[in-house]
Amino acid sequence: MADFIYIKSHEWARIDGGVATMGISDYAQGQLGDVVYVELPKVGQKVEAGGQIAVVESVKAASEVYAPLGGEVVEVNAKLADDPALINRAATGDGWFLKLKLANPGATSGLMDEGAYAKFVESLK
Amino acid sequence: MAESASPAAPLLRTPLYDWHAANGAKLVGFAGYEMPVQYADGIIAEHKHTRTRVSLFDVSHMGQISLWGDEAVRALERLVPADLLELLPWALRYTQFTNEAGGIIDDLMVTNGVGRLMLVVNASRKAVDLAHLEARLGHAVNVALLQGRALIALQGPYAPVVLARHAPRAAKLSFMNAIPTRIGKVDVVISRSGYTGEDGFEISMPAEAASDIWQRLAAEPDVKPAGLGARDSLRLEAGLCLYGHDIDEASSPTEAALAWSIGQRRRREAGFVGDARILAELRGAPKRKRVGLLPEGKAPAREGTEIRDEAGATIGTVTSGGFSPSLGVPIAMGYVEARAAKIGTPVSLVVRGEPRPARIAKMPFVPHTYHKP
Repeated sequence: MADFIYIKSHEWARIDGGVATMGISDYAQGQLGDVVYVELPKVGQKVEAGGQIAVVESVKAASEVYAPLGGEVVEVNAKLADDPALINRAATGDGWFLKLKLANPGATSGLMDEGAYAKFVESLK
Repeated sequence: MAESASPAAPLLRTPLYDWHAANGAKLVGFAGYEMPVQYADGIIAEHKHTRTRVSLFDVSHMGQISLWGDEAVRALERLVPADLLELLPWALRYTQFTNEAGGIIDDLMVTNGVGRLMLVVNASRKAVDLAHLEARLGHAVNVALLQGRALIALQGPYAPVVLARHAPRAAKLSFMNAIPTRIGKVDVVISRSGYTGEDGFEISMPAEAASDIWQRLAAEPDVKPAGLGARDSLRLEAGLCLYGHDIDEASSPTEAALAWSIGQRRRREAGFVGDARILAELRGAPKRKRVGLLPEGKAPAREGTEIRDEAGATIGTVTSGGFSPSLGVPIAMGYVEARAAKIGTPVSLVVRGEPRPARIAKMPFVPHTYHKP
């Protein structure tokens, strides 16, 4: 399985054959607290790298979710509609948000690997 | 994810800060205080625990004010629409400080402490309230902000069973009554009240005793701490107003659906700040009303969300909105034009630019379980 990459707004992506699965980090779900709703885009929607692609809502507030990479939405996680708390239980696993067919699969420069993201999170504490 | 900004001003701490920090609290700035928004279990678990068992809330940030002097009751009556003359010894009343325009300066609890009046006001309004009281009460009435006191709320169906082991006389109180008593060797005032919609108690004590009393209660089986996050979702389910959101200096008690707290004698006699507008609205009807809102989908409608009628015209704004852990659906409250305030009226809530169907709903969303024998 491909490695995780992260951006500073706490989203992750994992690229596999030109398609990136993405979600929010475990740190992010911990900061949000109980997730009660996720607004996902429609399949076919296009997004630029760093563009807003979803909204995640905790009991207290709504937060925007950004795409680490640019591309077209090819699948959204249907399980999140009935069980948004999946994001709290498995942020980087079953709690994935959506899959993007990448506009430019090689364009991963500037993104953090797992180690760099762990250091970044540590710097926030 | 968009990061939330943290305030730069130094925050005050309650006497229980160290306990919160050592016990898994996530601390946030609220009304100038560093307060627990939740503990490790999270807001939904803390909320449900309060509804089914019993939770302990640190509400020491709230303002405790003492008033005394021969004319204190009559003087305070000029500033609020509640009937305080009929308030029996050690009874509590919910009311509002009103302004000349009939708006609400703050909402508060008043206890007849026999020889003094005890007020509990919102943390964010302490300074404004004190200035108002000092300017308006006159020289015969003494006003003191009790900075050396803490306030703990014990809320939930098991609250009387737990409290009976520490303050047995207080555990027999009826809703909106208080008693001066002791926990261990400490003099406290306990009232059967709270802001969750549940049965429960609020305990006022000297700050130096707070840690010991909190730990005694927290050590009880079934008792868990709960933060401001659960306090907010509990009060929203209970249909209770949060100052600065659901009520403010522009909204009147009548618009805010708080007319039940206006005394019958006060309606006849008037004589309180803002009485012209408030009594006129009671005789006629306010232009807008605070109502409950039930979105049909799962998207929460937050504070500031525009409310439209079926024809697409703007009829109001959401003032508190979120998720109901008890019902598992989003709930909200807000103000709408009086013509659209009837329960069941279909409306739409504009969330992220998209009008989404909702209905005007009866409040409370979850029934109150106050102890009224």
